[in-house]
Amino acid sequence: MYASTVRGLLVRGMLAGLIAGLFAFAVAYVVGEPPVRGSIAVEEAAAAQDAASAPSGHAGHGGDAASGEAAEEEEELVSRPVQSTVGLATGVLVYGVALGGIASLAFSFALGRVGGFSPRATAALTGAGAFGLVYLVPFLKYPATPPAVGNPDTIGQRTTLFFLMILLSVLLGVGAIILGRRLAPRLGNWNATLTAAGGFVVATALAFVFLPDNSDAVQPGFPAALLWEFRIASLAVQLVLWTVFAVVFGVLAQRLLATRTDDAEVTARQQAPALG
Amino acid sequence: MAEAVASAAISTPAVSPSAPLPVRAVLPWAVFVGLLMLVALYFVGAEQGATAVFAGEGVHEWVHDGRHLLGFPCH
Repeated sequence: MYASTVRGLLVRGMLAGLIAGLFAFAVAYVVGEPPVRGSIAVEEAAAAQDAASAPSGHAGHGGDAASGEAAEEEEELVSRPVQSTVGLATGVLVYGVALGGIASLAFSFALGRVGGFSPRATAALTGAGAFGLVYLVPFLKYPATPPAVGNPDTIGQRTTLFFLMILLSVLLGVGAIILGRRLAPRLGNWNATLTAAGGFVVATALAFVFLPDNSDAVQPGFPAALLWEFRIASLAVQLVLWTVFAVVFGVLAQRLLATRTDDAEVTARQQAPALG
Repeated sequence: MAEAVASAAISTPAVSPSAPLPVRAVLPWAVFVGLLMLVALYFVGAEQGATAVFAGEGVHEWVHDGRHLLGFPCH
């Protein structure tokens, strides 16, 4: 019967992730697309200038073809209107469902093991933890960049460092939670939590210092206000995604787990003769 | 409430909604679904960037805006 509880939580996690993805898509479309369009305009202006001064050009993405006008339209695989609507929705929704599923399983491990929290409160903590560990901490070291900022030649290194930072952040976060639980009987919940959080901050700061810097400096001349707008939009997308996930999943998980008594009884009754 | 009374009558111990789920019940789901979901995240976040399963730029271009706004290095 436990398996059916875990299955129920997983289904609800993916559903909550889907709903959260819809909200995040709305934010991404309304708040995120303007700076993306602005960045592509900056990129195209730069490419057009390059093409005018030296006819070499480089290949890029989205609206990136080397030489300004007609050639660009021909090379475009997916049009901007599709990228900014259906394409954006695909990316955000798949991300929401996938991380919603993973978060629901993290919740299944955390439930009853991180302190005396109700399922709803555990869901809120899971959402907050996922936002912090999967997005915010890596973002502080390797922030999101709009089109036109990255150099395609360094994508390999940047991708490796970004995923390494996510992995490190999640491992340090899980480590801190385990440490906090171990210390709780000795130090009390409050001091144990503070100690573990402090340890996490120090370890993360060390990782920030020792991991290489982002190999791509933002191009000189790229508008600072546009970069700011883009990064705040990226932050908003993730914050909305995880907040909606935590709230919706909290309600669904609370409702599912309220009926756990029945599951346990069925198990107990089924197992009783075998054990006896 | 009626159910609660009934279950008390059968005298099976009530399970708190927050009681831990056994690790052995969660682990198979976590491993299998975790791997499946990571593959989905790879296609949203990294395919046809640093590495590519499929040739071309189609996947990259399709999820382009989402990849940027979700914080992944895109290109």
